[in-house]
Amino acid sequence: MSEATGSFKRTPLYEVHRQLGAKMIPFGGWEMPVQYAGILEEHRAVRERAGLFDISHMGEIEIAGPGALEAIQRLTTNDASRLSIGEVQYSALTTPEGTFVDDITVYKFADDRYWLTVNAANTEKDVAWISDHVATVAEIRNISDTISLLAVQGPRAQEILQKLTSVDLSTLKYYFFVQGNVAGIPCCISRTGYTGEDGFEVYSPPQHATTLWNALIEAGAPVGMQPCGLGARDTLRLEAKMALYGQDINDRHTVLEADLGWIVKLEKGTFIGREALAHQKAEGVSRKLVGFEMLGRGIARPHYAIAKEGTPIGEVTSGGPAPSLGKNIGLGYVAAQYAAIGTEWDIVIRGQPVTARVVRTPFYKRAR
Amino acid sequence: MVPEGLHYTKAHEWVKVEGDRGRIGITDFAQSQLGDIVFAELPPVGRTLRQMEPFGVVESVKAVSDLYCPLTGEVLEVNSSLESNPEQINADPYGGGWMIVARIADPNELKNLMTAEEYGTYLAAEGH
Repeated sequence: MSEATGSFKRTPLYEVHRQLGAKMIPFGGWEMPVQYAGILEEHRAVRERAGLFDISHMGEIEIAGPGALEAIQRLTTNDASRLSIGEVQYSALTTPEGTFVDDITVYKFADDRYWLTVNAANTEKDVAWISDHVATVAEIRNISDTISLLAVQGPRAQEILQKLTSVDLSTLKYYFFVQGNVAGIPCCISRTGYTGEDGFEVYSPPQHATTLWNALIEAGAPVGMQPCGLGARDTLRLEAKMALYGQDINDRHTVLEADLGWIVKLEKGTFIGREALAHQKAEGVSRKLVGFEMLGRGIARPHYAIAKEGTPIGEVTSGGPAPSLGKNIGLGYVAAQYAAIGTEWDIVIRGQPVTARVVRTPFYKRAR
Repeated sequence: MVPEGLHYTKAHEWVKVEGDRGRIGITDFAQSQLGDIVFAELPPVGRTLRQMEPFGVVESVKAVSDLYCPLTGEVLEVNSSLESNPEQINADPYGGGWMIVARIADPNELKNLMTAEEYGTYLAAEGH
């Protein structure tokens, strides 16, 4: 949902965020809340209780018609034919080189109707890309302006959302969705998220976004749910090692290099980038996205060099404190021979090498 | 929110004159703009800094910010407790969140800094 003001778009909840004292920042062409009470406090709220996020900047693209599945199969790396109605799939739109146009989630509403949820900054680019490649196969519609998106995330998320809906959330499995009323508003409730916690993403009509937000705030208050901004969203997703387009993944790195081989289904048939990815899979990747933790004192940040004995071997793509772990962590691409778990090398911070070690990811995994 | 008696830089550092020494930190405005501070890198005792030379770095969850020395002088003390408790800078920027103490080489340099009133006006003019 968008409302253009100056150079940045605003979600329907802009005024609500301001009233809550949010600090607003530009992100992906949008003016979004980065924090309310503080990133660390919001991060803890999501890990221990729950947090509410406005992520209405995300884009939604509908693919419809008898050729809808064929179109999605051609565009994406994962196998959408495996989806049942009401199921969600993480996937990638790829270039012929097997690099990312975007990372997306695919929602199957019917055999002839799907939604793609895409990164805010990529929405226009994705619509153009999809239209260029499959306009003759299926109907493509950018429906971003007709949808608001809120995320309720955290161990108490189900309990909070259940107060507002007659849909039995206990039967809704991870990466499935259902259509139903929330606070009397027709919504699509998806058990997905970008935090590493249990939680839901709720798609709703933008004219009801404020009503829905307020109902959720009220329902969440007794258990200590807090409004959360993009700052906490970033520290949460980094601990869960969920990739961020524009940092960890982009059109210069392939899906395999990004360590997302599990969403590449070469056997499903032809798709854009399949040849390049099949070739790379056979040859092995020359560089790889790995997770690391800092052993020395310092915080890795995007674009810092990674070096081994003074020789550059890679670059940091994401980095920062991991509040739930009490460590400083990061992601970065390194030459494949330096990617094994336990390998130590340096992050170059203001000209000084600081030791880091490749570790198993996700850094944080919730108790189930 | 701007304490009287201190001297301020446009980069939002403060210095408190204590005889021939200056105690240095960042302002409440600076810490609130940064958000949760998680890291501070400060110079060693004995280093001589020039006025407005970068003397260290503070990092919040999301941002890295340089620190500029309000006055020329030799570093006499460093607040080493910030290494393990950088959040003191958020909690008490004019007190426990102090960063360094330097010997003031040239008191005339104070003229290049703002008074509390001038800094308050500066913040207002910047839209804060």
